[in-house]
Amino acid sequence: MTLLLKMTWLELKLFLREPLTVLFALVLPLIILFVMGGVFGNEAQADIYRGVGAMNYYVPAYVALVAASVGLISLPTHMASNRELGVLKRYRASSIPAWVVVGGQIAVTFVISMVSALILISVALPVYDVPGPDSIPLVVAGFALVALAFSALGVLLGAVLPSSRAAQALGVMLWFVMLMVGGAGPPPEVLTGAMGTVGDLTPLFHAVRALQDGWLSLDPGLSWPVVAGITLASATAAVMFFRWE
Amino acid sequence: MAVSPVEVSHLVKRYGDFTAVRDISFQVEEGEIFGILGPNGSGKTTTVESLQGLRGIDGGEVRVLGFDPSTQAAELRRHIGSQLQESALPDRVKVWEALDLFGSISEAGPSWQRLLDEWGLGEKKDARFGSLSGGQQQRLFVALALVNDPEVVFLDEMTTGLDPASRRVAWELIRRIRERGTTVVLVTHFMEEAETLCDRLIVVSGGTVVAEGTPSALIDRHGGGVKVKFTLDGEDTAWLSTVPHVTGWDRERNRYEVRGEGPVLTYVASALLDHGMAPSDLRQERATLEDVFLALTSEDGGSP
Repeated sequence: MTLLLKMTWLELKLFLREPLTVLFALVLPLIILFVMGGVFGNEAQADIYRGVGAMNYYVPAYVALVAASVGLISLPTHMASNRELGVLKRYRASSIPAWVVVGGQIAVTFVISMVSALILISVALPVYDVPGPDSIPLVVAGFALVALAFSALGVLLGAVLPSSRAAQALGVMLWFVMLMVGGAGPPPEVLTGAMGTVGDLTPLFHAVRALQDGWLSLDPGLSWPVVAGITLASATAAVMFFRWE
Repeated sequence: MAVSPVEVSHLVKRYGDFTAVRDISFQVEEGEIFGILGPNGSGKTTTVESLQGLRGIDGGEVRVLGFDPSTQAAELRRHIGSQLQESALPDRVKVWEALDLFGSISEAGPSWQRLLDEWGLGEKKDARFGSLSGGQQQRLFVALALVNDPEVVFLDEMTTGLDPASRRVAWELIRRIRERGTTVVLVTHFMEEAETLCDRLIVVSGGTVVAEGTPSALIDRHGGGVKVKFTLDGEDTAWLSTVPHVTGWDRERNRYEVRGEGPVLTYVASALLDHGMAPSDLRQERATLEDVFLALTSEDGGSP
């Protein structure tokens, strides 16, 4: 347990020493928020944004989005790089267990996503007059599940992708596609046909719905079990494919 | 009788169709520096990584400190230290952070603050791994290998990539590890390193052991004898052939070259004195481990 705490603390410091990663995780969501806020304002319209104001819609969506960016980009890139450099091999030879290595990554993903989400919320609520969550416990639970899901997916990517370059490229691509069609970009109502279908299949789509359930009391559909399923499936696959070198 | 810390018998390891280790057996005695010498691709690294449970094995038996690395790796690794080839730390990790992390793996072992000073890293405490020189990185790896106070330390090509001065510093470090009472298994392809450091060694080629012994025994056995050279002006020296351990001699004008084996130098010196001769440049030229190595690992290898 001491080891896990030490590993988490160290990984957290390593994360903060990468200026670009920090910028990506903490500042980019704010930029997207301002752009979307500037374009759409926060007037509710019946036919888009599930009938709520754009900013009301986006704030919980962006909480999911930041977890996705840390989990799908930072985590796998760092993990693959550690394998490439032989850091994981070094850990293994010194009997640092896999659960500590992976646990540290997941813990960092949680902490960074949480900080990023709190920054986002504390800016968005006063600036765009977004109401607080309808149910704080449900939002906290949603955040925990969503962060866990993207961590598990990230660990899976980090486990199967051969290099940090590959991990970064694929991570950014997945994240960007999900941003565009997964309900954190254009309103889902305007995505029709194939785009809409693909969008509905992305993990982010369901993560957004789960968080909007707690925040706006909008119908989550099957999103909770779907996100839980993604977590479970990714974690199982990650355990199967985890490699030290 | 004490059990050898490392016992390997008939180790076999394949990667797909490629047999990296065909048949390797050896024993390491407590407190010695044991060398595994061989050209690139001869199976050295595979062997030591198998000993640490980092590679599964396909045949033979391995015991390290009584543990079977393929089934008791976790337990074994608490008692061994390791410096691996092709392993690094994240560039941005600081020296003290790495020592602190690895130090918290086990209760045993010296504090990382002590290791920091012991291995001359005190000034580099807050330096990032990526900013360290090759020699400093090696010292950090050695300190990390010792953080759990291991009984056996495996060092794999520790000095590869170091300049000659840093290499000598590294040798000093290796001696210091042994002085702590730790057994050292050293993988290297530098002959000079093996000759200077190792108490005993094996030479590995093509996945098998081609020679085993102390460096000087290997030189005696496979080095093609000893040459004694001196300069002497125009005397009758036919008696040289009768000196014990001499196998032949030549002279070119006043320069003599006497071939022999074992203690031939001492006998030649004594015989020279008996004949009232005292050349001032009497010297011995002995094969080095490098000559032995090249002879053993060349194409037709094996025969001395």
